[in-house]
Amino acid sequence: MVLIIAESQKGQFKKSAFEAVTYGYKTAQAMGSTCAALVLGEAANAGDLGKYGAGAVYQITDSALQQFDSQVYTAAIAEAVKQLGADVVILNHSSTGKSLLGRLAARLHAGSVAGANTVPTVSGGFRVKKSVFSGKAIAEYEVNSPVKVLSLTGNAIQPEVVGSAVSVSALQVSLPAPKVKVKEVIREEGHVPLPEAELVVSAGRGMKGPENWGIVEELAEVIGATTACSRPVADVGWRPHHEHVGQTGIAIRPNLYIAIGISGAIQHLAGVNNSKTIVVINKDPEAPFFKAADYGVQGDLFDVVPKLTAAFRRFKEEQ
Amino acid sequence: MKLLVCVSKTPDTTSRIAFSSDGAQFDANGVQYIMNPYDEWYALVRALELKEAHGGTVTLINVGTESNDQVIRKGLAIGADNAVRVNCDPQSSLYVAKQIAEYAGKENFDIVFCGKETIDYNSSEVGAMVAEFLDLPFVSFASKLEVSGQTATAARDIEGGTEMVEVDLPFVVSAAKGMAEQRIPNMQGIMMAKRKPLDVIDPVPFDELSTPVQYTLPPAKKTVQLFNADQMDELVRLLHEEAKVI
Ligand SMILES: Cc1cc2nc3c(=O)[nH]c(=O)nc-3n(C[C@H](O)[C@H](O)[C@H](O)COP(=O)(O)OP(=O)(O)OC[C@H]3O[C@@H](n4cnc5c(N)ncnc54)[C@H](O)[C@@H]3O)c2cc1C
Repeated sequence: MVLIIAESQKGQFKKSAFEAVTYGYKTAQAMGSTCAALVLGEAANAGDLGKYGAGAVYQITDSALQQFDSQVYTAAIAEAVKQLGADVVILNHSSTGKSLLGRLAARLHAGSVAGANTVPTVSGGFRVKKSVFSGKAIAEYEVNSPVKVLSLTGNAIQPEVVGSAVSVSALQVSLPAPKVKVKEVIREEGHVPLPEAELVVSAGRGMKGPENWGIVEELAEVIGATTACSRPVADVGWRPHHEHVGQTGIAIRPNLYIAIGISGAIQHLAGVNNSKTIVVINKDPEAPFFKAADYGVQGDLFDVVPKLTAAFRRFKEEQ
Repeated sequence: MKLLVCVSKTPDTTSRIAFSSDGAQFDANGVQYIMNPYDEWYALVRALELKEAHGGTVTLINVGTESNDQVIRKGLAIGADNAVRVNCDPQSSLYVAKQIAEYAGKENFDIVFCGKETIDYNSSEVGAMVAEFLDLPFVSFASKLEVSGQTATAARDIEGGTEMVEVDLPFVVSAAKGMAEQRIPNMQGIMMAKRKPLDVIDPVPFDELSTPVQYTLPPAKKTVQLFNADQMDELVRLLHEEAKVI
């Protein structure tokens, strides 16, 4: 059985949970197996995971799961794996999933692949691909342990509805008390977090100063995108650190990445080159970013960006 | 405080990435190696700062072949007291973590540090694995870490925000940007590093359960389509009809 761990936040599933179920469903099909979903803690409409291909949905509700502690979550998942006889466990490659993947591999003596982005193939061994060297290459892994654990890269697969909601069964497990105590969670409200954003508008040193960011925010606002920035811009405090993308910042893979006044240094590209479509706005025709772009606009960003925003507005009005 | 920092060696960020003609092996020809930046800039430096504030020792551990000694010596030059290298050529994170845990389990460290991920395989696995093998709490993606007595507080980077946590020693932590500032080794550090102990130990037997078997380069991007500032409606149309992202 393929068991996917459906991540939720404040009782609501994230889109990544549906991606993981679709991925688990396809993995189960490839293996001639079944797919089930495990929900940890409270989550509304858990049975809806059936729509994306979970043949069964299990839930563990225990006060110890109210806050995240990797030891407690690992104990819960490992117990479910044992009770259900699962042989493939699928997590999201998120801060939570990454904190659990390694623990589960060690606990279950399981081969792991972190950041898988293709459905496994099983003829000639269990094989799955992931991006390595910060997007500069792809590696295919072979996993040869009886139990396998994978974490799925965000936005690598789109959720597909293939069935209908199923009933939810409670699993009884005994869990240790959390040792890592969460004191406070501070969230940037109102925006899709960068790692989960499908549309990203990013700007760099070409902006000249923080006071000019209005045109970037306006563009992002019009298309519903999350804002990002290059490292020097975060380093000098023009933008908050959590916007910094690249090798030493966040690695993202949105459907659309619009880069404004960013040269496209290799360390910047390392975090964004898996984006599906890249638009580059730069006044220097020699800027390296144009080589990584699908669409390029050569020109002064202070002229181009307002015009692009206006064009998106016209497009939205026609829709 | 007794601190352990796990360090690994990675190709420099600007290295050209290539593979053997059958795609089975990474081609190390002409590749410049560095210490993984998260290990060096954040994990190691924060460990040194804690030692400076509270006393104690900072030990480095690396799982790898003799060719890694150069990177280990750099860590000693930055200020670690001693180092251990588990002599083998590992293929998977689990194998590496097992070796680290074997050593760490005998030494009773207060905090085991690692970087949040390596910049070659980007897996982010080893810290969690070491924590599980040692049955210790794990604080992942910490961008701040303070220790007072037997208790530590940390800020964890999570999607779209920060989580503040508290945990008692001992524990395992993975270091993200913000935990410390890079230190450049000085001449005295480099000289002293040559005399600091670097013990080489044998690995314990452990199976490789997950191994890279085939490498490929991503398909080349088709050439960029260029526009000027007065063609923005056309660009938006293509984003909608051709790229289908809007
Ligand atoms: C180990 C290491 C790790 C790193 N990690 C990262 C990382 O994670 N992320 C990251 O981003 N960087 C990283 N860097 C830094 C990276 O090498 C570059 O220095 C950085 O990305 C450059 O930022 P930038 O493109 O904003 O600025 P610049 O390189 O200064 O580029 C500004 C661009 O704006 C254009 N421009 C200027 N004015 C205008 C205008 N009016 N209209 C249009 N275009 C204009 C210019 O032509 C230029 O191309 C790292 C470096 C190292 C050594």
